[in-house]
Amino acid sequence: MPQILMPALSPTMEEGKLSRWLVKVGDKVKSGDVLAEIETDKATMEVESVDEGVVTELLIAEGTEAVKVNTPIALVLAEGETAAAAPAAKTAPEPSEAPVVVAERAAEAAPAAASVPAAPKFEAQSDPDLPAGVEMVEMTVRQALNEAMAEELRRDKDVFVMGEEVAEYQGAYKVTQNLLQEFGPERIIDTPITEHGFAGLAVGAAFAGLKPIVEFMTWNFAMQAIDQIINSAAKQLYMSGGQVHAPMVFRGPNGVASRVGAQHSQDYSAWYSHVPGLTVIAPYSAADAKGLLKAAIRSPNPVVFLENEILYGSTGLVPQVEDFVLPIGKARIARKGADVTIVSFSMGMRYATQATEKLVAAGIDVELIDLRTLRPLDSDTVIESVKKTGRLVTVEEGWPQGGIGSELSARVMEQAFDYLDAPVIRVTGKDVPMPYAANLEKLALPNVDEVIAAVNAVTYRS
Amino acid sequence: MARKAVATKVKTQPNVPELTNEQELEAYREMLLIRRFEEKAGQMYGMGLIGGFCHLYIGQEAVVTGITMASEKGKDAQITGYRDHGHMLVMGLDPKGVMAELTGRSGGLSRGKGGSMHMFSNEHRFYGGNGIVGAQASLGTGLAFASKYKGDGSVSLAYFGDGAANQGQVYESFNMAKLWKLPVVFIIENNKYAMGTSIERSSATTDFSQRGASFDIPGEQVDGMDVRMVYDAAKRAIEHARSGNGPYILEMLTYRYRGHSMSDPAKYRSKDEVTKYRQERDPIEQVKARLLETGFATEESLKTLESEIRAIVTEAADFATNDPEPDAAELWTDITIEA
Repeated sequence: MPQILMPALSPTMEEGKLSRWLVKVGDKVKSGDVLAEIETDKATMEVESVDEGVVTELLIAEGTEAVKVNTPIALVLAEGETAAAAPAAKTAPEPSEAPVVVAERAAEAAPAAASVPAAPKFEAQSDPDLPAGVEMVEMTVRQALNEAMAEELRRDKDVFVMGEEVAEYQGAYKVTQNLLQEFGPERIIDTPITEHGFAGLAVGAAFAGLKPIVEFMTWNFAMQAIDQIINSAAKQLYMSGGQVHAPMVFRGPNGVASRVGAQHSQDYSAWYSHVPGLTVIAPYSAADAKGLLKAAIRSPNPVVFLENEILYGSTGLVPQVEDFVLPIGKARIARKGADVTIVSFSMGMRYATQATEKLVAAGIDVELIDLRTLRPLDSDTVIESVKKTGRLVTVEEGWPQGGIGSELSARVMEQAFDYLDAPVIRVTGKDVPMPYAANLEKLALPNVDEVIAAVNAVTYRS
Repeated sequence: MARKAVATKVKTQPNVPELTNEQELEAYREMLLIRRFEEKAGQMYGMGLIGGFCHLYIGQEAVVTGITMASEKGKDAQITGYRDHGHMLVMGLDPKGVMAELTGRSGGLSRGKGGSMHMFSNEHRFYGGNGIVGAQASLGTGLAFASKYKGDGSVSLAYFGDGAANQGQVYESFNMAKLWKLPVVFIIENNKYAMGTSIERSSATTDFSQRGASFDIPGEQVDGMDVRMVYDAAKRAIEHARSGNGPYILEMLTYRYRGHSMSDPAKYRSKDEVTKYRQERDPIEQVKARLLETGFATEESLKTLESEIRAIVTEAADFATNDPEPDAAELWTDITIEA
């Protein structure tokens, strides 16, 4: 290309000053040689030659201001090339015509922007049918999670567990109890206290084909690692055009513990549910904890699995089937009803369940939905319910702004506006860092009375 | 602004290791391909065909070339930061695919969805192309973890710059890599400037080869402008890692001729410093001089090679210019894998 064009130095540069020529007509130049200096309001830059040749003509005088990007500024002819081979140089376009590329690109961008293709719709699968007369065993959420991991570790040798105190100590919350004994130190790995580092290490191991389960002692500490979770794990498949992915689970206790203060009591549900590329699961019951953790470990996608410390010891019935795996992305209707829909997940389900019992006793036919998975969010189940009841109350421990309840409100407003008989009410944690004092902590959390009050409000009872 | 003298101390072997003529020619070819490719990328950026950030590798070619020549291609994994075009070319990724990714076209290695900083290849075991400074140190340690877990005998080569060397997760990774004896070579490409901040203004100690000292990780400072030195040190480091001795640090003393990215004002270093490197230390010119001196190549044969490389680069540029943008439907693909 004999013409040297005024280059753009940044995505936003449109013109600049040609401050100095460093070559003159007749000079031989090779690639890498600096031809000129140009200046913008941001920077002074050098224009380098890409091709070899002789400087035949300088088309723009030194010191010229406001030279538009892509204006020909010089003619460099290669060996054997003549000026005739470059007719464009003789009719150098006016600066006003110069930014051809920019204009073309803008024109190309316009129709594309006008027709954004629709997002594919997520179709949730239903829970598997249990065989008739299946034995139901009572166990804690902790045991359910432990069984899920043990079964998947037995099933797939690429699965391993890493985290602080997961092995010798048997788990800070005993969720990994006895795994070291069965699977050994190569697969149940105590890490140093180094969340950012081991989260990144696990993502790298997943890129190379392993299926790590990363335990964070609590999700509060995962703030150190959130860059690797989002920037490395969640975005990898997309930015590699589908080539490299991170099949892995990040898990640990999330949400409010008890009297541990602001830095150790926080619900990250909404944070992670915001991120495309992640799957986010927050189970409440023991059965869901087991079936969904097994599904998470088998998932080819990075899964954020949010447990709850207070729920670890709560018990529930878990079906004793060979391989109990639940579908990711499917909400569970915990109670069918016709008067009002309450939607919650994880610890919020405890408040919601207790409130439902009282409300039902008072004659209100509550439909209670446990989301279980927060991304992909099972809108359909919620929308269908609201179309029936006309009323929605959401319950979560997290902060109100940008919360799961906010998202549900928006979706219901968009998809079932005409069915609503009352505004949606969000019952959430209060918009404050978690206080330590027992009375204040209690006030900061959502509670059963608030859920009942919200239901009374949307059903216009008082 | 006063600048440190250009001369760099080198602690590696006093005897310069020899490469065979064939290796010299291979190194010359690889480095020239990177140089010409990057010059073309710079030009295409100037023309508005490449958007956003574009970090050129010009000046640092000997580092990735020497290391890759010392590695087992297709077996050993490599991972780097955002100055990544050179790594991909030397690892054998298609120049057309790299250039088309730079222009954001459907034929790009990441189908136009990654850009300059995000390209990958499972087949070539290249894991990016990472935009967060220092993240690749942890990820690269994870690649080594997988190697040890599977027992496949591969080594992970994790590159990062002098800037990233001050990130916390690098030391978290050093600790685990040594603790678990993971087969990883950390390659610190010290080009003296973390964006616009010189190592003297950013680092309490500037001998980066010793940054693993508190973890007992051996380190060497290597003349990263001399591909023979790079190759030799890399052989040693990779062998150390592959034989189960754990991590190794190679500090490559190198220099980037161009700015940090395309919009770099280059006010933080003197023109003399850049010129001196280009004239006296250029990695490509060094090899060229030796090839001519030994008579293994002639001006004529190198010219032929040069035109072959220009043809590859021109073909890549033409492809990247004419290839269509990704289909609009690509917006919604590759977010998650359907189970």
